[in-house]
Amino acid sequence: MSDFLAMGGYAGYVWSSVAIFVGVLAIDFISPRLRRRRVLAELRGRARRQQRKSTENPTP
Amino acid sequence: MNKLTLWFHTLGSPPYFHRLAGRLAPWLFAGAVLFAAAGLYGGLVVAPPDYQQSDAYRIIFVHVPSAWMSLFIYFVMAVNAFIALVWRIKLAEVLAMACAPIGAAFTVITLATGAIWGKPMWGTWWTWDARLTSELVLLFLYLGVIGLYQAIEDRRQAARAAAFLALIGIVNVPIVHFSVKWWNTLHQGSTVRLLGPSAIDASMLWPLLLVALATKLWFVASLLVRARVELLALEGGKEWARAEAQRAEGTP
Repeated sequence: MSDFLAMGGYAGYVWSSVAIFVGVLAIDFISPRLRRRRVLAELRGRARRQQRKSTENPTP
Repeated sequence: MNKLTLWFHTLGSPPYFHRLAGRLAPWLFAGAVLFAAAGLYGGLVVAPPDYQQSDAYRIIFVHVPSAWMSLFIYFVMAVNAFIALVWRIKLAEVLAMACAPIGAAFTVITLATGAIWGKPMWGTWWTWDARLTSELVLLFLYLGVIGLYQAIEDRRQAARAAAFLALIGIVNVPIVHFSVKWWNTLHQGSTVRLLGPSAIDASMLWPLLLVALATKLWFVASLLVRARVELLALEGGKEWARAEAQRAEGTP
């Protein structure tokens, strides 16, 4: 096991490369989800504002 | 209309695409994680050390699939950009723009892991050879497309302007690919070939191809998720988008 982690003395190089691969793709996974949450919240806010406007000034 | 054209038109409809992509993406992500885990296990544990580079060569299992994706995604982006410019299909604009951040992510991985591999093997993090420089230009092209898309207020005009830049930038793709042939580079030539035998042992090839497959699935999944969000933002005033926002209320 420790042999495996040591990577023949190249542990720092190999493991940091794998970490970058996993880390960057994790960001790629999360960022559209955060944006989706923002967009949906914004759409709901817009809908609420419209509803309020139509109850305050009902069209005759 | 024949069946294929009809299906194409249905697919281009934002609510339909939104629904379909939402259903497909989780499976594609799951497949990508599964194949990546198997490939990395094969590459980091099962495959023997290289006779020259010892265990340092194992960086290949993340570096090379990412490098392939950095070019492949650019190609997909350019094809969608072409469709967007010629036929003005909204979904093609959205797909082209959704490609850019994913391509940039894979290009960053390629450059970073390449530098980390270069340090122990070449004795330097970076050198201005043709392969490295053209890959850096690829990153700047992706960033240029993202930047241009963000800089213009009108979303559809922004998409068309950025699509135009994406289309011009396609000249860089063959330059990256053939740079190791055309110039005398420090970077090595291709070891895996589609035509003809590969100069890599089978014990190292199968993990590499598994990770490559994983990155392909990941790209499609991420593309679908990103395109969904973009469509929601673009079609915010339409009934289906409002319904989706109401439906998502309460669920995180």
